[in-house]
Amino acid sequence: MAVERFPVEASHILMFARSIGDTNPIYSDPEYAAGTEVGSIIAPPTFAQSSAQFDPDYFLRPKPDKKWFGSGRTASGTLVRDLSEADGNDVKDEREDDKQSGSAAGGLHAEQHFTYHRHLKPGDVLHTVTYDGERWEKQSKRAGILKFSEAVTEYRDEDDELVITAKGVGVVTEKVIDN
Amino acid sequence: MALSASQLNVGDSYSEQIVDDLTRTQIVQYAGASGDYNPVHTDEKFVTEVAGYPTVFAHGMLTMGMTGRMVTNYVGDGRLTYYGVRFTSQVWPGDTLTAKAEVADIRDEDGQKLVDLTITTTNQDDRPVLTGQATARLDD
Repeated sequence: MAVERFPVEASHILMFARSIGDTNPIYSDPEYAAGTEVGSIIAPPTFAQSSAQFDPDYFLRPKPDKKWFGSGRTASGTLVRDLSEADGNDVKDEREDDKQSGSAAGGLHAEQHFTYHRHLKPGDVLHTVTYDGERWEKQSKRAGILKFSEAVTEYRDEDDELVITAKGVGVVTEKVIDN
Repeated sequence: MALSASQLNVGDSYSEQIVDDLTRTQIVQYAGASGDYNPVHTDEKFVTEVAGYPTVFAHGMLTMGMTGRMVTNYVGDGRLTYYGVRFTSQVWPGDTLTAKAEVADIRDEDGQKLVDLTITTTNQDDRPVLTGQATARLDD
């Protein structure tokens, strides 16, 4: 899960800010940003999560040489059989992502925390180190047994200074939750 | 614009509607920007036929990102020292979300004034979809 090189770029910040509906010029206008306290474009508070773009093995991005579990000819590219031919509950999904921790892998994203030592700006080149945190289980009426796992990611700059510490908690539920 | 400790009181609050009628397209837009292409967020066929949900749903991180906009609009740019949330309910296309920050504490740490905020984002049925905390630097 380590990202060796996460270059923080102005165009990526712009696209990210647009996707969360944030039109604040601090994320897009260098002249405006130069006149503010921070002095330059910065990234929105949750931008660090998009380091996934720079993880070559990120399992939630389709890759040209691998089967993808989203739909194509069938409802899932990794299903053993086409669902339209299935007659019962014997359809298996070959996903191998349930070993991932602290993320939405094969489950849901339960919590996310960021501690900012400083804020990201275009030109930063970061690398990350991720380690597993705690694991625990909880019984839920709505979703059966909930299995939680925590992952801590440190975002460091080229001087190896800590910029952001992120903690993600993922949960795998026994039953589908649809509110 | 940053907040001043002298003008802030515990219990003060600020809120914004962060999205009105969330679209599937915005969820796709977030998938592209963040790099999280989990088909549960974008692929109706997969999510209904394989994953067993009624339709696609938003990335928790999209809700956290949109809520973060309310927080930075309140505390100012580059002022956050901490922002953490728990995703308490799923967010679906068509949802309208309102995010609220309430001042829980104003304190001093090594001469720096800080505010602790309690954050709640609710949907159109008043159901919390995200709860969390943030800490930001204040002017004196």
